[in-house]
Amino acid sequence: MRPILMKGHERPLTFLKYNRDGDLLFSCAKDHNPTVWFADNGERLGTYRGHNGAVWCCDVSRDSTRLITGSADQTAKLWSVQAGTQLYSFNFDSPARAVDFAVGDTLAVITTDPFMELPSAIHVKRIARSPSEQTGESVLIIKGPQGRINRAVWGPLNKTIISAGEDAVIRIWDSETGKMLKESEKETGHKKTITSLSKSADGSHFISGSLDKSAKIWDTRSLALIKTYVTERPVNAVAMSPLLDHVVLGGGQDASAVTTTDHRAGKFEAKFFDKILQEEIGGVKGHFGPINALAFNPDGRSFSSGGEDGYVRLHHFDPDYFNIKI
Amino acid sequence: MALVDRPGSTSKPSKLRWGELDEDDGEDLDFLLPPRQVFGPDENGIKKVIEYKFNDDGNKVKITTTTRVRKLAKARLSKRAVERRSWPKFGDAVHEDVGSRLTMVSTEEILLERPRAPGSKQEETKVAGDSLAQLGKGGAVLMVCRTCGKKGDHWTSRCPYKDLAAPTETFIDKPAAMETTAAPGTTKGAYVPPSMRAGAERPVGSDMRRRNEENSVRVTNLSEDTREPDLLELFRTFGPVSRVYVAIDQKTSVSRGFGFVNFVNKEDAERAINKLNGYGYDNLILRVEWATPRTN
Repeated sequence: MRPILMKGHERPLTFLKYNRDGDLLFSCAKDHNPTVWFADNGERLGTYRGHNGAVWCCDVSRDSTRLITGSADQTAKLWSVQAGTQLYSFNFDSPARAVDFAVGDTLAVITTDPFMELPSAIHVKRIARSPSEQTGESVLIIKGPQGRINRAVWGPLNKTIISAGEDAVIRIWDSETGKMLKESEKETGHKKTITSLSKSADGSHFISGSLDKSAKIWDTRSLALIKTYVTERPVNAVAMSPLLDHVVLGGGQDASAVTTTDHRAGKFEAKFFDKILQEEIGGVKGHFGPINALAFNPDGRSFSSGGEDGYVRLHHFDPDYFNIKI
Repeated sequence: MALVDRPGSTSKPSKLRWGELDEDDGEDLDFLLPPRQVFGPDENGIKKVIEYKFNDDGNKVKITTTTRVRKLAKARLSKRAVERRSWPKFGDAVHEDVGSRLTMVSTEEILLERPRAPGSKQEETKVAGDSLAQLGKGGAVLMVCRTCGKKGDHWTSRCPYKDLAAPTETFIDKPAAMETTAAPGTTKGAYVPPSMRAGAERPVGSDMRRRNEENSVRVTNLSEDTREPDLLELFRTFGPVSRVYVAIDQKTSVSRGFGFVNFVNKEDAERAINKLNGYGYDNLILRVEWATPRTN
């Protein structure tokens, strides 16, 4: 396959997200402008200008009209996807990190970093139908985990919130009361910071990637460990194919160590694993920095990766990818 | 006269200039031309457009334009996605320079690199057996990695350092250096060049290279349009292919008409040579033979 290279960001990529129809690809980077691209040919549709810091995460509503972004400028912003205009800005006292729309797009979860003696927190906000009625009040604020919360996503039927972060523990919270329902055990869980978390297409299980060089699949309801994928580099990004039983892990050595070693030592490929057999299928090379973000097109026929090198690489699979056997 | 005319005819100056009208009249015979024809796109995506026009001398010219239509993704787009296609650009994308080239298609063909070629499992174990026999004299270690030289830790195919092992010597040195400490007989203190250290290391490296060349097939008399993916498509039917290369002239970037294909298995290469030597490919007769090892 010949990947499409998209050089719209001047700083490392942080997050990638497809909309539900799979025709738009949203990219976030440490520069201040989240960008939207056409997911088939990689043409840039527009940028969302207004943030004043690195943008860590984004989510798009099911009907592809609203975008929410979380940024280090201590805000999370709502955008009109079509016009690129800011609809609302949630202001916090510390940098915002993970954002996720609930099913139905009436709620959103936003996590904030520990900052100036403030602990990290998970905020639940109500998203109004029309932007003029939008308020900044939190429906629920959950505090407790130590360190950054790198990802927070909604569980089935919006009843739970799943969070993971620097303390390497995955927690499931009740989204009504804010009580902690489950947490991953020390023995089976990750040993180092969890960098990424992504749900399966049906939401029944999710995958977490960690700097302990592994990725794990968990049951969304019971938080039972289902699979573990061991690799030889810290995992920064994970994604699951919605079409085949494949998972992709992306990562690489720390950006600060890149200059001290040979480029082939960095292991900057996206590694494909068989989801069930936990065996490696293959690697896709190309980035010359660690992979920070991975996303599968909802049709499963293409995927994109974003790297520390500032490039988004959009890969449309060759036909023979779909009948790989191991 | 022309001076008077111009201000009044700013919208369509060419039509109202009487001086040119006469000339135009003579050439305004477009209705006499055959209509524009469009063929395709056919199953290969080739689209042909045939147009006719008069050139400056008044002669009828037939223009045939052949284009290849390529679909990037076979995505069935929803109605709303089609609508989004026509959305106007916004943000920084509005003032984008034409030359900024933010989106580019990679010049490199990127393959999903398999940890081992499918179907090569047997051969792999056989080779492992060979090196096992070699090392059997030194000590009874069952598992030796050919890439990094670690014993008893993992097989070659599972080597965590395999990415390092590819072409350079420098990285093969490292484990070799480690080996020296273990290898008996080397006098400490005296410098030994890396290539001389640890006897077991070097033969393995050269062995691998030889094996590579043995399964290398040279393909000559290729047409100019043949690219690496085409060659891969042609040869992969015979078995797992580890490398495809088409020589490209650096200055003109036109194919020089020959290339190399490396097979994982020798038998596959042999079959490919038997089948494809003299095969008509893209209006030329292919010549397929074993690649002779480079002389230097």
